[in-house]
Amino acid sequence: MSHYLVRRTAILLGSLFLAAVALFALLRLLPGDPANALLPVGATPDQIDAARRELGTDASLPSQFLSWLAGIARLDLGKSLISTLPVGPEITARLPVTVPLTLTAFVLAVLVAVPVGVLAAARADRWYGPVINAVAQLGIAVPAFWLGLLLIAGFALNLHVLPAGGFPPDGWADPGLALQSLILPCLTVALVMAASMIRYVRAATLDVLGADYLRTARALGAGAREAMWRHGLRNAAVPVIAVLAMELATTFLGAVVVESVFALPGLGSLLVRGISQHDYPVIQGVMLVSTATVLVVGFLGDVAQRLVDPRLRLRSAS
Amino acid sequence: MRKILAVVTALSLAGVLAACGDSKSESTTPKADAIIQIGSVYEPQNLDNTAGGGQGVTEALNGNVYEGLFKLTDTGAVEPLLAKDQKVSDDGLTYTFTLQPGVKFQSGKALTSADVKASIEAVTAENSKSARKSNLAVIKSIATPDDATVVVTLSSRSISFVYNLSYVWIVNSAATDRTTKADGTGPYQLGDWKRGSTLSLTRFDGYWGTKAANAGVVFHYFTDATALNNALLTNAVDVVTSEQSPDALAQFSGNSAYQVSNGKGTTKLLLAFNDKVAPFDNVQVRQAVSQAIDDTKLLTSIWGEYGTPIGSMVPPSDPWYEDLTSVNAYNVDSAKQLLATAGFPNGFTFTLDTPSYDPHPTAATFIKSELAKVGITVTINTITADEWYTKVYQKRDFVATLQEHVNDRDVVWYGNPDFYWGYSNKQVTEQITAAEQAKTTDEQTALLKQANKTIATEAASDWLYLYPQIVVASAKLTGYPVNGLNAQFFAYGITKS
Repeated sequence: MSHYLVRRTAILLGSLFLAAVALFALLRLLPGDPANALLPVGATPDQIDAARRELGTDASLPSQFLSWLAGIARLDLGKSLISTLPVGPEITARLPVTVPLTLTAFVLAVLVAVPVGVLAAARADRWYGPVINAVAQLGIAVPAFWLGLLLIAGFALNLHVLPAGGFPPDGWADPGLALQSLILPCLTVALVMAASMIRYVRAATLDVLGADYLRTARALGAGAREAMWRHGLRNAAVPVIAVLAMELATTFLGAVVVESVFALPGLGSLLVRGISQHDYPVIQGVMLVSTATVLVVGFLGDVAQRLVDPRLRLRSAS
Repeated sequence: MRKILAVVTALSLAGVLAACGDSKSESTTPKADAIIQIGSVYEPQNLDNTAGGGQGVTEALNGNVYEGLFKLTDTGAVEPLLAKDQKVSDDGLTYTFTLQPGVKFQSGKALTSADVKASIEAVTAENSKSARKSNLAVIKSIATPDDATVVVTLSSRSISFVYNLSYVWIVNSAATDRTTKADGTGPYQLGDWKRGSTLSLTRFDGYWGTKAANAGVVFHYFTDATALNNALLTNAVDVVTSEQSPDALAQFSGNSAYQVSNGKGTTKLLLAFNDKVAPFDNVQVRQAVSQAIDDTKLLTSIWGEYGTPIGSMVPPSDPWYEDLTSVNAYNVDSAKQLLATAGFPNGFTFTLDTPSYDPHPTAATFIKSELAKVGITVTINTITADEWYTKVYQKRDFVATLQEHVNDRDVVWYGNPDFYWGYSNKQVTEQITAAEQAKTTDEQTALLKQANKTIATEAASDWLYLYPQIVVASAKLTGYPVNGLNAQFFAYGITKS
């Protein structure tokens, strides 16, 4: 296992470096210049040159890349070109919105998806098995922003029970208010996520239901429920964990759209703003943090899978 | 299943709690301790208007936290503010300003002439990103004979000098870090700026003039117009500074809980030709294109009953406004004739560089279909705002483009042959230069009217329409600015009942 961890960590770091290179290169392929966001119509050529010098966008690309990389090594993500503020604290300031939103939605989705998915598989012969399946399929087709608008229309505009968007200026100083403003965004993310999870859980459970060991367990006298509980779920969990890790990562990135619909000051809105202003350090910072999160979650998912499934451990040991 | 039930119950409970918190006591008298919640899509990029703070910083801080020697009122007049008195020498080159006595910055420091000097120099500094930098290039020297007097000497007459000063914020010369902090002389002091979310201002009790009518304001920033309108519908904000989503107006205009104002805007949508390259270096071609497009129809299709057709670069709030909508008015037959005389009886093809954000793509599609009727084929090339600045504004690498020009009094750009659209008419340049050096505003007005008529006749650009300036507010609000010239939004007069 320790051998595996070392190898897996090396892969993680290598992927991070590749991601950093790709990020930097792709951004520089975009036409335009960050200085433009600072300059109004009416600026003179002298002003434009001065702004470019000030922002350092007139420096050569390799030297820009190296200084960025050196910064990352010191855990310094640089300064925003537009607001001139350090990017690191800017990102940390957004986490109290994005992290609770993502995690709560994720937990909610798992709580819904696992029992419903198992039920859909175990009771595929009853009328509600196919119904659950159909609803889940519909859920996958629904874009998150549209569901968000629908929830706003229902709960905020018509029933007036929840805010239509925004986040309290004092943040979590008043947890009640903060929670209130996250309910609809959480629901939006959770419902969309649960829809695709249900289908994975259902498929994994169906696989297990047809497995030999389950039939053997039944033959040895275990009831359907007991066999499922003791042998089925654990086997079904293996593929589901891999999918869950991917889903969590997607949610983190997908929060961009939902945050915009609900006017939440999270990482998503920071990213959107950075992109519209060509603010390289901000875009690179947010994307790097997101990429790192995705990679780390994937890493943890892989490790968890091995813990659950002894076969994986044995296979790499031999 | 039990877990799902528990979640659903928790959620409905939260909903009930929220509903309880929502019921507010109602009254109809203005409250002096009210905090006004303002919704906007223009978050400042930083708080320094000489370092690229953008439109948002003007909206939030101009007149509220910072003041100039003069102010541009909501109706477009220029009035003295921190300058109590001004004397102009007979040759028009020396301006002597006496400052208002007893003015203090929000930090407590007294305003002196040194602050004024430093503030003007911040705009003209080498690294300044202010659009007004070139306007103030006429300043030769600034002297401060005593704490209350500022003497500015110009290198040539500049009748707009005082107007241009209304854009110069008087800042504390000792202030550091203007990008995240603010220390001005206005009726509010900066509270908290939560980037990506809100910016709050609180009433400054040491203000030298009439104190703000409310205890403070909070600007709420949105990246999504629908989210902004929803905030107004749920009373999360009291007023929206500039409604950008025409489709959303219906839900407010028919509702007695809201008031919708149709103010005088200064933003013009332009079909700007590159007047230096073929075929638009030909006046007849430009006239033909202008006459082939039904501007009123375009305006109605985008803004419905709002907005104003406009025949030139001059909006009605400029002193030299004249209704020129009849010049090069919509006339397809005349457009075809002009094209034939210009040597294009079968039309031609050109590329229209179109910024990717509203309303440009809609306008481009409309123009394409209008021009197809006179045989001209338009290729729409969609670009980002950023690309526009590099490709069109800096490199002049374009044939025609769409762009909104937001400022008032900006017809003077047609006097600069080096401006991006490359319009070059010696007479117009002379008139605009002479207007700036005029001795009286009457003389200035007369000259700019002449210049304006010439550019309209020669179709230097096609001015499609003037944007409406629509403020939507809760019916409980009074005293808010309706015109918001140049993105200003004076908040100190707003009361809420």
